[in-house]
Amino acid sequence: MITLEMPAAVYDQASLPDLLPLYYRRLFPFSQYYRWLNYGGVTKNYFQNREFSFTLKDDIYVRYQSFSTQSELEKEMQKMNPYKIDIGAVYSHRPNQHNTVKSGCFQALEKELVFDIDMTDYDDVRSCCSAADICPKCWPLMTIAIRILDRALREDFGFRHCLWVYSGRRGIHCWVCDEAARKLSVAARSAVAEYLSLVKGGEETVRKVVLTDPIHPFIRESLAVVEHYFTQYALLGQDILGSKEATDKVLGLVPEDVKKELLIEFKTEKNPERRWGRLTTMAQNKRTTVKKGHYFEKEIMLQYCYPRLDVNVSKGVNHLLKSPFSVHPKTGRISVPIDLRELDRFNPFEVPTISLICEELDLPKMAGEEEDQEDPKENDKEAGERRKIRDYKRTSLAKYVKLFDQFLEEMARSRKGELIKKSDLQKDF
Amino acid sequence: MQFGNRRKKLIVNAQTEQLYGHCLQFYSQSPTENISLSEFETFAVERLKLLKTVENLGVSYVKTSEQYTKKLDTEFSSLNFPFRSEKSSSGPSEYEKRRKDHISHFILRLAYCQTEDLRRWFIQQEIDLFRYRFNCLNSKSKREFLHLNNLRYDTVSVMEKTNLAEKLINSSFAVSGITVEDQDFYKVPFQDALDLVRTRKVYLKEGFVYVPHMEIVTIVLNDFRTRLSKALALTARSLPAVQSDERLQPLLNHLSHAYVGQDYSIQKSIGKISLDQIETLSAKSYPLCMRQLHRALRESHHLRHGGRMQYGLFLKGVGLTLDQALQFWRSEFVKGKVDADKFDKAYAYSIRHMFGKEGKRTDYTPYSCMKVILSNPPSQGDHHGCPFRHTDPELLKQKLQSYKVSPGGMSLMLSLVVFYFSYQTKCFCSVQIEDSGFSLNHPNQYFLESQKLLGGPGAVAGGKGDVKREDIATPKPSNVARKNTLVSSLRNRHQVTGPQLAASLTCTLKTPVSTSTVLPLSNVF
Repeated sequence: MITLEMPAAVYDQASLPDLLPLYYRRLFPFSQYYRWLNYGGVTKNYFQNREFSFTLKDDIYVRYQSFSTQSELEKEMQKMNPYKIDIGAVYSHRPNQHNTVKSGCFQALEKELVFDIDMTDYDDVRSCCSAADICPKCWPLMTIAIRILDRALREDFGFRHCLWVYSGRRGIHCWVCDEAARKLSVAARSAVAEYLSLVKGGEETVRKVVLTDPIHPFIRESLAVVEHYFTQYALLGQDILGSKEATDKVLGLVPEDVKKELLIEFKTEKNPERRWGRLTTMAQNKRTTVKKGHYFEKEIMLQYCYPRLDVNVSKGVNHLLKSPFSVHPKTGRISVPIDLRELDRFNPFEVPTISLICEELDLPKMAGEEEDQEDPKENDKEAGERRKIRDYKRTSLAKYVKLFDQFLEEMARSRKGELIKKSDLQKDF
Repeated sequence: MQFGNRRKKLIVNAQTEQLYGHCLQFYSQSPTENISLSEFETFAVERLKLLKTVENLGVSYVKTSEQYTKKLDTEFSSLNFPFRSEKSSSGPSEYEKRRKDHISHFILRLAYCQTEDLRRWFIQQEIDLFRYRFNCLNSKSKREFLHLNNLRYDTVSVMEKTNLAEKLINSSFAVSGITVEDQDFYKVPFQDALDLVRTRKVYLKEGFVYVPHMEIVTIVLNDFRTRLSKALALTARSLPAVQSDERLQPLLNHLSHAYVGQDYSIQKSIGKISLDQIETLSAKSYPLCMRQLHRALRESHHLRHGGRMQYGLFLKGVGLTLDQALQFWRSEFVKGKVDADKFDKAYAYSIRHMFGKEGKRTDYTPYSCMKVILSNPPSQGDHHGCPFRHTDPELLKQKLQSYKVSPGGMSLMLSLVVFYFSYQTKCFCSVQIEDSGFSLNHPNQYFLESQKLLGGPGAVAGGKGDVKREDIATPKPSNVARKNTLVSSLRNRHQVTGPQLAASLTCTLKTPVSTSTVLPLSNVF
């Protein structure tokens, strides 16, 4: 038996120039990637007219990259070894020929509807970290964001193909890939993003969530999610009713009379959960006595937990967003899809880094692993492909590629279903 | 489709049924029949009058208020546009009205598609008009309209409505339990109801927005706006071909500049101006053209016919009575070469004529700016016309500089700048100072506005509040507040001084020519 020792794969940004070539030659899931962006080949030139942008070594940024085939994409990426890859829109012409197009004719036509949630935007309500840092204490904010937004995108908007991706450092992205989503106008994207926004206001605004009667079903659903996580995340994890400083911040969001009373009560009551109980009760009392809706306990929960999205990212059809399976240069982590079935167990610190998976490549084969079956008909190229396909499977990247595969399979099934529906309507057989 | 003599029996076939089967339409199909040029012009001008009314009322009243509706109702019937569907929708007169509605809309598209400003104005008024007409329909007619226009708004089944009742009520302040029970709800794709989605004012499920019948107009309006916007862009592209028809070009130009508003002939302030105020008023509140005429009159104690008409009618609009006018002109003329007798014989008659006391007794209305500019250009020895159109720029510059402007008149100078700047862009009707909803296209309007700003005697004093607003179409805030917004908005919008502007003016306008022959609309649209 071979005892396997996993060397500690510590990531160092300086080693990227060595790791990237390996990553792009043997690990990056090109065939799945192409399958995704080709969308079944239903629309002509959909892949060919897609813009990519690369950030190369020394921060050189190149836009309007486009490719005719999967093979061309592979070759270029293996040649350039980009530090970062962004995906843009599908244009009216090939982006790499945009200079030859008559001015005004080169237009962004379609793109996935995207969302970007950044932990930095929560700095005013998380006490454990700030800026680009994240930790297990504040990560639940992302979990809550995914649950709330995914539900809304599916149940309210009817979108069925949402790919949630860990950005690699401090946040998450969502790619809504439905055909209807890709065709949305700027105004429509903006409307969707506004519908999903509840936390408004910057540095100067203290009370960032305002609820009035009637409480829209969307808000109710979102509150249900927040309530599920609130005790563990906010009261215990973030301790928002623990220290005086934190408690004062919370009390800044309740009406004066309630605040006065709670301050008195909090002199003796120190337990955060019971403190919260008192606050909630007072809100409920107010609602039964005063005619106007007082929802301050709900407002507090939302202000501390509700997803904060950047509308500008979602609005633009031509906006470029970091690609799934791209490497994050600062952390080395791969931008991997998140499994919503295991959402509560997702740990960003367990996401493989490029150094880890490159090391895993070098590991000797385990006993019991599939023997290399030589097929006499197979040529070198195909053998190479097969080996490559198996390569990522030997690394921690495997399960994420599998997840991506399942996502793509769902979309393919959907497309087929649509075609059948359409041909039924037209009575084509 | 050919319609020769109106008295022939109407051929109502499938096509007309589709086009004119409902009193309201989306104007998606262009007209193809032949009409006479005069009908072409009449239709267009009348629709323009209607849209101007819509604009003016929209500034003065809340668009869904009773007063608004009543006043618009009146204008509708007087201009013979298709009215509420309760009236009998059969017979030539209703049919003729719908035909007029249809054709006139398309003609105005031609006139208003060319610039961003014109398009915006046109779309805004057409939308307001549509909203008003849609709201006038009864429930059944509304449904018919949606059905006729293939608006894919499915009705929510009673069962689904009941299941979703609580959610529907909680989605909108305006929806109660009774609403859910009584009204139909429609499922609209969310992309067609973005305003409702953006503000979360409606229930959204699986990509569909659940809209109560009473709100369906918002959705329909969005649809209408999108269609019209696209159509105007298309029209603009095909316009050069249309404009090459010589009969149409002057007509269309005339239309987008036509003044069809307040004619200032009925003045509440009649008799409130005394003759000795005229001198001060001329310095403070006269637009440049009238100031010029007044000065010329004072200096040479004479004005030729064109000048007498333009200035004389202006004075009538300002509020002079016939006797005052006679006194005014006589006193000035006798200082010159004309003695009192000659005046009475030669000139008094024409003044009385102006006031409708002679000849066919037409009560002539003061000239609008367009009229001043387009008709009767001044020649040697004349002082009438529009200085910005008819004066050499250098000379104009000197004039502007020489007219000393008092502190109170500063705002007027600025408004002059605005007024003439808009003339530069040839967009008379759409001169808007957005903050205050102010629109300038008539010398008497200029006078009244300036008097208001200065709180002078020429302002329409007291009177019934409503009536006053209706005449002037100015916004509701008090004089002081309005003065501030007017002046500050003028300052903000136009930093060009009169002289600077004068220096850069070039204007060419063709005089309209019309013939009366038949026009095949299929060639036009």
